[in-house]
Amino acid sequence: MNGPHDLGGQMGFGPVAPEVDEPVFHAGWERRALGVTIAAGAMGAWTLDESRHARESLHPAIYYSASYYEIWIRALETLLERHGFVAEDEIKAGHRLWPGVKPIRVLAASDVAAVLARGARCDRAVSTEPKFKAGDKVRTINEHPEGHTRLPRYARGKIGVIEAVREGFVFPDSNAHGKGENPQRVYTVCFDGSELWGQGADPALTVSIDAWESYLEPA
Amino acid sequence: MTHDHHSHDHHHDHHHDNDLDPFAARVKALETILIEKGLIDPAAVDAIVETYEHKVGPRNGARVVARAWSDPDFAAWLARDATAAIASLGYTGRQGEHMQAVFNTDDTHNLIVCTLCSCYPWTVLGVPPVWYKAPPYRSQAVINPRGVLAEFGLVLPEETKIRVWDSTAELRYMVVPMRPVETEDLSEEELARLVTRDSMIGTGLPLRPGSLGPGALWPPSDEPGLSI
Repeated sequence: MNGPHDLGGQMGFGPVAPEVDEPVFHAGWERRALGVTIAAGAMGAWTLDESRHARESLHPAIYYSASYYEIWIRALETLLERHGFVAEDEIKAGHRLWPGVKPIRVLAASDVAAVLARGARCDRAVSTEPKFKAGDKVRTINEHPEGHTRLPRYARGKIGVIEAVREGFVFPDSNAHGKGENPQRVYTVCFDGSELWGQGADPALTVSIDAWESYLEPA
Repeated sequence: MTHDHHSHDHHHDHHHDNDLDPFAARVKALETILIEKGLIDPAAVDAIVETYEHKVGPRNGARVVARAWSDPDFAAWLARDATAAIASLGYTGRQGEHMQAVFNTDDTHNLIVCTLCSCYPWTVLGVPPVWYKAPPYRSQAVINPRGVLAEFGLVLPEETKIRVWDSTAELRYMVVPMRPVETEDLSEEELARLVTRDSMIGTGLPLRPGSLGPGALWPPSDEPGLSI
């Protein structure tokens, strides 16, 4: 979706303002936000793609005024309601009021180290031959789906060169909506700065994205 | 370094850090509901926080870079199969399942960003800093990287090529900066202390020998990184 998250090339947000000796967390609630988000995700009721889509579906005015952990928590509330674990009136009350859906698993403290160290691979076998090879010229599609996609707006309808052919990966555009993993091969596609940003672009700039095969056509 | 990562509960005075913050109350309420419903284990939340606050951070990545600087065979492996090479040092897991190392050269400087969210190589760098996840960096890194780098005090020669890697899929990138000059006599451990977090994102360069101190992003005495 053409949501507030799709930030590449936007202007007016002000300085980056890197912080010297930045702490890992700036507040106690940020610690809990990280831990609660990961622990709730470990129930396995939604995918990372669905999580991302919930975050980018926040109203732009909220998205741009929220810190990232705030974005996480707001999206987590949406996911918990959508999947029947928590009801809106419970969030208002701050307490359990209803039984709700039972999870298929709950992350135990004793399993945290192993679960985090294992991670969750997203590569999947694909049986088809790669459509493109390194060095091929490609054009990204110019589509504006209402659902989740990982093709950023600044790189739509642009000509680039395949730099690397990657493995097959879960396709986020369908997986975010519970429509299956439908793995596709991913390619690293490199664009000249001028292709993306016109004549004013830094002549020494190139930008790459990682694109699923259906984002690309021969050029 | 004034920040002590090990006594973090008492001295933050940032604007979010008090229980009067309405969002603190909202997070507390949500956690309470989830615990009451048996959906999360509060001890698991503690363990997750402990992991990313104290165990997994840029010290991991610094060791990867120092090994690559010291051992050409490891550097070649890191270039070819970063996930496996990094795993050989014990760093595996969440948001590091599919790693790609990109190497700075005399000609080319690499910069990592995620314009669409906050994708970041957690296993080698820990959780991302606030600026990495915020709109100014995400919007400008792909269109005006030199302006962004200047904010970090990094001004590159005009002819230096800048390659920006937008982490739009599940590959997670780390930059391997060039080894600083006059470091021939340093041990791998000493080299690791020169590697800053920002140098592995591309928004900085490694420290020079003798410059440890104000510029160091974490104390050299910090505990060793762990796998996660």
